[in-house]
Amino acid sequence: MWQRIIALAIKEFQALLRDPKSRFVIVGPPLIQLLVFSFAATFDLSNIPIAVYNQDGGQAAQALVARFEGSGHFKSVANIQRESEISRVIDDQKALMVLNIGPRFEADLLSNQPATVQLIIDGRNSNTAAIALSYANTLVADFNTQWQTSHPLRAPPSVIVTRAWFNPNLESRWFIVPGIVAILMLVVVMVVTALSVAREREQGTFDQLLVTPLHPVEILIGKAIPGFVIGFTEGSIIIFLAVKAFAVPFEGHLLTLYIGMGLFLLSAIGIGLMISALATTLQQAVLGVFLFLVPAIILSGFATPIANMPPFVQDLTLINPMRYFMIILRGIFLEGSSFQSLQNQFWPLALIGIVTLAAAGWLFRHRMN
Amino acid sequence: MSSPTPRRGSGWMRMGGLIRKESLQIIRDPSSIAIAFLLPVVLLLIFGYGVSLNAKHIPLAFVADAPDMESAALYASFNHSTYFSPQIAPNLATATRWLLNRRVDAIVHLPSDFAAQLSTANQSAPLQVIVNGIDANQARLTQAYIQAGWQSWLTNRTQAAGQSAHQPVELAARIWFNPELRSRDYLVPGLIAVIMTLIGALLTALVMAREWERGTLEALMVTPVQINELLIGKLVPYFVLGMGGMALSVAMAVWLFGVPFLGSWWILVLTSALFLLTALGMGLFISIVARNQFVASLIAIITTFLPAFMLSGFIFDIGSMPGWLQNLTYLVSARYFIVILHTLFLAGDVAAILWPNTLAMLAIAVFFIAASRRKIRKSLE
Repeated sequence: MWQRIIALAIKEFQALLRDPKSRFVIVGPPLIQLLVFSFAATFDLSNIPIAVYNQDGGQAAQALVARFEGSGHFKSVANIQRESEISRVIDDQKALMVLNIGPRFEADLLSNQPATVQLIIDGRNSNTAAIALSYANTLVADFNTQWQTSHPLRAPPSVIVTRAWFNPNLESRWFIVPGIVAILMLVVVMVVTALSVAREREQGTFDQLLVTPLHPVEILIGKAIPGFVIGFTEGSIIIFLAVKAFAVPFEGHLLTLYIGMGLFLLSAIGIGLMISALATTLQQAVLGVFLFLVPAIILSGFATPIANMPPFVQDLTLINPMRYFMIILRGIFLEGSSFQSLQNQFWPLALIGIVTLAAAGWLFRHRMN
Repeated sequence: MSSPTPRRGSGWMRMGGLIRKESLQIIRDPSSIAIAFLLPVVLLLIFGYGVSLNAKHIPLAFVADAPDMESAALYASFNHSTYFSPQIAPNLATATRWLLNRRVDAIVHLPSDFAAQLSTANQSAPLQVIVNGIDANQARLTQAYIQAGWQSWLTNRTQAAGQSAHQPVELAARIWFNPELRSRDYLVPGLIAVIMTLIGALLTALVMAREWERGTLEALMVTPVQINELLIGKLVPYFVLGMGGMALSVAMAVWLFGVPFLGSWWILVLTSALFLLTALGMGLFISIVARNQFVASLIAIITTFLPAFMLSGFIFDIGSMPGWLQNLTYLVSARYFIVILHTLFLAGDVAAILWPNTLAMLAIAVFFIAASRRKIRKSLE
């Protein structure tokens, strides 16, 4: 039995790797994408363009502006002289925000009146706007603390002392790079497995395969092996690069990670083969891959948290293998999660894998046309 | 092409025939129609409802080592906010375990001498906050929300004591175009661009590759059909399909998701058509280069959806990327269309935004269609 399976797996590899173009598209793009997306995917803003409308011009106002410019998050691109210029700067997206310091700023400050600073923000991209606003709030709070200590006023009754665990500097790259590992593995494995049966169907060779002495289970294993080998190889390379090139901490055990990877590959290959068995043409298989891939990525918690989704969408994510793999990867990379603490992520992956593989095997036999 | 073969019938007739042939093919295999109409509906529904960056009811552990009136007031301040659902933890060890189990995302801890320091004039009572920093973006938002809850408690407290409660400098933020920062208003127009990139490229990426694979392209070449006619014949039916999908997506954005639309409709139609041409042209180019459906579909996935998602400014700010990467984003046509859509939906017709981005899309569309034309001729000679 194993001889036949191995022969089939070798044939699958040959079909996949014979053509130099397909050899390249399986290996090259994931590595390039890891590089590109890891740099691209960050929520940490730098060089946000701001315009300053400083009507006061005194020392305190300059100190506040200097605080914005010196933070590294903001870059002053224009000095505004008139109120009417504000809307032009914002509308044309020359600046994301306008810092409007009123003419009585320093006088209010010194006379212990509330000195109001107006901030006008372009809300077209509401996420960027919210992050920029939170930076501005922090800068003003720092300014206030300094002002209170340098000017003999009473001490504030309470202060906040914040610590962030697992990611003390709140670098979003640490959060994003493990997610990219999962995405790239999923894309490669889905393409390799989902198109394999559909291609044979379209060319008519799948019927020939079915009349050979190969049992459907053997066909299933033979078709799954290339996915495993390619998935493990690429996953290992990508993880190595994530740790070495992007300096993402790796706190957990490699063995736990590989168990998680194996179970994830099992479920991804199961879904891929199921799509492949359902499709009659290659085009339908590609469509199926997309219909699965895009929601699987967006509803995985990769960029937007699952907890923010409405309850029925949260329930839907329970059948998404990416959801579990994201938690496994981030847990092992950043928290050093143990095998026991990830159990509740492991068994759903195994379940999805077994169910989809069984369905694919059944479909091989019963979907003849 | 070089031999002056006698032509039968006019170019228009031949093109009409080609368009009909391609349309029939589309109708017979319903997967193209599914790509154009089903895919945008399904994706917009899932994302429009599913994707949100506005956190609500963040689980929070609240620990007071010595519970009293002050800590009860602070707890109430968090409890009233829709951002939090606070749970009282008996001690810090329990709260820590909750944080590790992901039962809560943050801990607010009042040490036992909190009340004493609060009432001493020259001392500031430290409120300890621990957040789970794994999701850095959410952690930062959580911090900001906690600070706001703490601030409102502090203001109430000083006002009740008859003191003035202001900070030296107070920030008054006004957010234009989206005052409540509803993330859906910016995500949905962005999604339209991401989805249409995918659909436009997918529609055409496979058609030429399929003809190469089956050898029917060579058969088509020996007929009097010219290359221009062939390309137009391939593009027109998919363009019509794609515009249908686009219209459906925009209608859903406006009527289902209630995103305000402040710009002009005719500008939207014009820029959408141009954007679709860039996506179709790219798909066509891929299918001519790849010549095989497997390679074509993989390239289409890699070069369309993921860049449109990651490099277009849809979620991740382009200005914060390293310089070499910012240059790379100029090649992603979704980048221009997203800016146009955000402006048309939320701000109105801003000429200074619309012109440069439209021209950039025009350049990309011309490039891909011209490149397809060159490539197809070369590969035949």
